[in-house]
Amino acid sequence: MGLQHYIAERKKSKDLLVMAHVVCGYPSFAENLQELEIMAEAGVDLVELQFPFSEPSADGPLFVHANEQSLKAGTTVDQCFEFMKLISERFDFKVLMMGYYNTAFKMGEARFVQRIKESGGVGYILPDLPVEESGNLHRLSAEAGIEPIILMTPTSTDRRLAQLGAASRGMVYVVARKGVTGSKTSMGDDVVALIARCRQHTDLPMGVGFGISCKADMDFLRGHADLAIVGTAALKIWQESGAEGLRRFFAELMA
Amino acid sequence: MDIFDFSEGREGYYGEYGGVFLPEILHATIEELLVCFRECKADPKFWQDYVALLQNYSGRPTPVTHLENLSRKLGGAQIYVKRDDLNHTGSHKINNVMGQGLLCQRLGKSKVIAETGAGQHGFATATMAARFGFDCKIYMGAVDVARQRPNVFWMENLGATVIAVQDGQKTLKDAINECMRDWVTNMADTHYILGTACGPHPFPEMVSWFQSIIGLEAREQIIKQTGRLPDRVYACVGGGSNAMGIFQGFFNDDNVELIGCEAGGQGVGSYMHAARLAYDDATVGVAQGFKTYFLQNAEGNMNETHSVAAGLDYIGINPIFSYLWEQGKVRFEAATDVEVKEILKLVMRTEGLIPALESTHAFVTAIKEAPTMGKDEIILINQSGRGDKDIFTIADALDDAKWKAFIEGKADQYRKERQ
Repeated sequence: MGLQHYIAERKKSKDLLVMAHVVCGYPSFAENLQELEIMAEAGVDLVELQFPFSEPSADGPLFVHANEQSLKAGTTVDQCFEFMKLISERFDFKVLMMGYYNTAFKMGEARFVQRIKESGGVGYILPDLPVEESGNLHRLSAEAGIEPIILMTPTSTDRRLAQLGAASRGMVYVVARKGVTGSKTSMGDDVVALIARCRQHTDLPMGVGFGISCKADMDFLRGHADLAIVGTAALKIWQESGAEGLRRFFAELMA
Repeated sequence: MDIFDFSEGREGYYGEYGGVFLPEILHATIEELLVCFRECKADPKFWQDYVALLQNYSGRPTPVTHLENLSRKLGGAQIYVKRDDLNHTGSHKINNVMGQGLLCQRLGKSKVIAETGAGQHGFATATMAARFGFDCKIYMGAVDVARQRPNVFWMENLGATVIAVQDGQKTLKDAINECMRDWVTNMADTHYILGTACGPHPFPEMVSWFQSIIGLEAREQIIKQTGRLPDRVYACVGGGSNAMGIFQGFFNDDNVELIGCEAGGQGVGSYMHAARLAYDDATVGVAQGFKTYFLQNAEGNMNETHSVAAGLDYIGINPIFSYLWEQGKVRFEAATDVEVKEILKLVMRTEGLIPALESTHAFVTAIKEAPTMGKDEIILINQSGRGDKDIFTIADALDDAKWKAFIEGKADQYRKERQ
């Protein structure tokens, strides 16, 4: 079942899905697993599993630190794929690889796609790989039934959005504002206008991310987006108040 | 040879190296920069303004000096030096920065950001920003801030805000990442003044274009002084901007050999160096916006690098050199920290020149090879920066006891004044 179809199915029973995020090996794989159990219980629909990279230039301070610490602890790409396999077998949600292009480039694009497939993943997000450079990878992905998630942004022109829309598969990731991951986005007319503009260029489900952190954001997105993408906020809660806090956070968010 | 004459669909690529690997949010900004750069490059008036600015502000053209004493001592080739150390702010970095300043005016942006390692590029950028009236932020790894206080002092006094970057290895590459993060937020009014011929297209081409002034001058000067072209041209290579600068003057001269000198650090097999092409440790990868040879592990995470010269201490090499190296157009050698310290002393004593530790790498390789060449052969070295302003670093590198005693005395004095 493709991602688009999966999202449509899940949307039959709720109006706004949630995609969550963990950085592999930070604070540890054991804690990742606890986080994901809580996310699964809360009914999270999709999870991006970030493979740590030494130069995470699109990430904000919290994820930068997480990438760095995970690598310092010795996290390898093999471990990340093993973990992907483990969680995609154990949980109902679908799993995406998230990371930087060099990870895919170094192992070879064909192998990268193959390993996602073998590990039960359904797609990937590589924020530093523009569509101009994606031709071969997208072709390999289509053959394997793995979906590349493309980002649409507030600075994208209509011409660019058309290009991005044409290359998109599965779903589209709408970046709600400029900047890196983790800062607050003020949900307002700008975001609605952006979603509407993106909508003109794709029929795929749309996830909105960057700065989604509370129930008010969810209420705001309902009716405009198909998925809310929650990243930094959840990691912050986990660090501040552990399992209990995270359980409360998702319960409130998805109430 | 025009390496910037890209074939259809391969804009920004040199062989398989280069390209643009950036978050989608920067696509429009990079497009805008590319369009503006193309206009500037096509406009003869822009280049005239650029040259005039460097003449009136930075002391160009910088001279070429014949090192008669050193040539005699080595008994081989005649050694000439292009003196880019005589620029305002003490290095070739000012060329690129002034050019991008003019470009930033055309873009209509009021703020500039820049990364810096040793502090030379930050210093030059702060200087340019003061002159042009731009708001200026310099990102610098916390480790570099700690070891390069004099440059930080000047940047701050020139009105720039210096931000110590606490991520990663806290050095140059981390400062570049932090610039990217600033840029993805503030691109509407901010131009990123990348300091070397690395990063996403059009930066490698743009920085090379501004630095080509070195080679244009040098070719004319050496012919005027010696009546002929040099046999070999040496330049140190960190990112590769000064080397691209001087080498471009000789790209069409088939009999001129071009030699890039990388940071050998603690030597072959030490894994404590920044020699991407001269040693076998680097592999092709994609990071910091472009594809090239990086010092990285098998999974694509970057390794730690080391050099006595902070300005050469970088994980990747400019994509143009990866290509030219493969094509056999540029040879790459490495100089170790130990060799650099020895040769710096030799050059100071023999010629009264104080090259920057970075530039001394080029001297090391040239001085190794000069004795094997004929007396009628000619060597040209690019002295990209001067060392006297890096007195703290050089005194450290030379382990100077009297300097240390002076610093201790100074510290005591400050301590007493505070009490």
